[in-house]
Amino acid sequence: MPASATEPLIDLKGVRFGHGSRTIFDGVDLSIRRGQVVALIGSSGVGKTTLLRLIGGQIRAQKGSVRVAGVNVGELDRKGLYALRRRMGMLFQQGALFTDLSVFENVAFPYRENTALPEALIRTLVLMKLQTVGLRGAAEVMPSELSGGMARRVALARAIALDPMLMMYDEPFTGLDPISVGMIGRLIRRINDAFGMTSIVVTHDLNESLLIADRVILLAEKRVYADLTPAELRSTDDPFVRQFVDGAFEGPVPFHYPAPPLVEDLYRAAPRS
Amino acid sequence: MQRLALDAFADLGAFAIDGIGRLGRAALFFLRVLGASAAVLRRFRLVTVEMLSSGVRSVLIIVVSGIFVGMVLAVQGYEVLQRFGASESLGVLVALSLMRELGPVVTALLFAGRAGSAIAAEIGLMRATDQISAMEMMAVDPVARVVGPRFYGAVFSMPLLSAMFSVMGIVGAWLIGVRLIGIDDGAFWSQMQAAVDVRHDILNGLFKSLVFGVAAGFIAVFEGFHAVPTARGVSSATTRTVVVSSLTVLFLDFIMTAWMFRG
Repeated sequence: MPASATEPLIDLKGVRFGHGSRTIFDGVDLSIRRGQVVALIGSSGVGKTTLLRLIGGQIRAQKGSVRVAGVNVGELDRKGLYALRRRMGMLFQQGALFTDLSVFENVAFPYRENTALPEALIRTLVLMKLQTVGLRGAAEVMPSELSGGMARRVALARAIALDPMLMMYDEPFTGLDPISVGMIGRLIRRINDAFGMTSIVVTHDLNESLLIADRVILLAEKRVYADLTPAELRSTDDPFVRQFVDGAFEGPVPFHYPAPPLVEDLYRAAPRS
Repeated sequence: MQRLALDAFADLGAFAIDGIGRLGRAALFFLRVLGASAAVLRRFRLVTVEMLSSGVRSVLIIVVSGIFVGMVLAVQGYEVLQRFGASESLGVLVALSLMRELGPVVTALLFAGRAGSAIAAEIGLMRATDQISAMEMMAVDPVARVVGPRFYGAVFSMPLLSAMFSVMGIVGAWLIGVRLIGIDDGAFWSQMQAAVDVRHDILNGLFKSLVFGVAAGFIAVFEGFHAVPTARGVSSATTRTVVVSSLTVLFLDFIMTAWMFRG
């Protein structure tokens, strides 16, 4: 059945997930339309990466449903999951390039493993993907010789090798210099529009996401706290969102980890170990 | 006092539950590795690459250890045999010790230290740097692509290395016994030829090392694949690989020896 263009590509309803007694998500509702670039922001440890892993089917929701292109990810077996993942790409935080393979072989990996294309065609495709990220000249280099920004661009070329319908980026800007940040940001937008993809970008870099995203989603309190366009985000007066946007020290998010009062802690007898 | 006893009891229980759980996970993982066999063996080139890195690169340590073990066996064996005037049987003593026991066992212990630890560390680091997750997200089963080739690389390397070890040990014993001490060359070889049985000694020895290859290879890939993805986690997976493989090899050796050479 062909999915209609108006149906959301990703649809989460009432998703609950936790490790042991710790609940990470409780009642997450989120839908993402085709063709959009969505920035996913939130404090560290709020579960942004976990959300990507739920969509990629690496973990399963304990309650609620995660649908990608109309398919309920939680109900797929390994074969169905792998079939779905061939249409998804994911860029990992540090790139996750295979350190024992050259740049060329890293990008060729998805073709070699998932297709039966002839070597000559693989070569053409790999060089084209590398050209997209501007690293065709580095094809024979080993990943250890690349800078952080270049490694991430190679990983990006590898992730889009099979022309996925959905790209997920896990903190693509972290640890990069400003020039590389701008480059990756522009690539994300350009690739999304050129190949007709949908992109989810997990990030802490608000400036960059305001530049490239159609929507910004703020995760907090175990759910989607706010879902705004960049323009709405700039003008909002919700104190929590404001604190996030301005990076303010004072605000609803406390500086201190929860603890008993300082005086109480200091005067308490040291526990014997 | 009662508290302490209860705590100790609870610890014992937790230890047992933990151990049994781990054993169960290992058994399930073993089935998964075996299940990927067809996919792995169809792309045998991946296995040969692993045989190169874990097998061929272990040749030097195996050859050198083999020669030294053989030389020591010759010195000690001659010392005892000549008391009974049986020093010509040195060849038999050395060949049987090496083929039945020392070849397979020492090779497996050396392999666990040289190659098993490297396999565990490599897979553990691949997990820690998200390479395993990246593979899964590319719809490539890491058990078929990463784990399987390394496992079969170990399984196929082990008998070859063990045979090499035994041959080098016999050469070492010949150097000491014949060239240095002066035992008759003809007696050394002909007695060995008469006493060593192909099925009973050589094939049994190779079968042992095949089993050790399965054990050492599996323990290495299991520990690596399930390593906690931190620096400490990978280091403890490496250590556990060597300790658990060594103990498993010695235990299996006892079982198989008791079964093969009974009555």
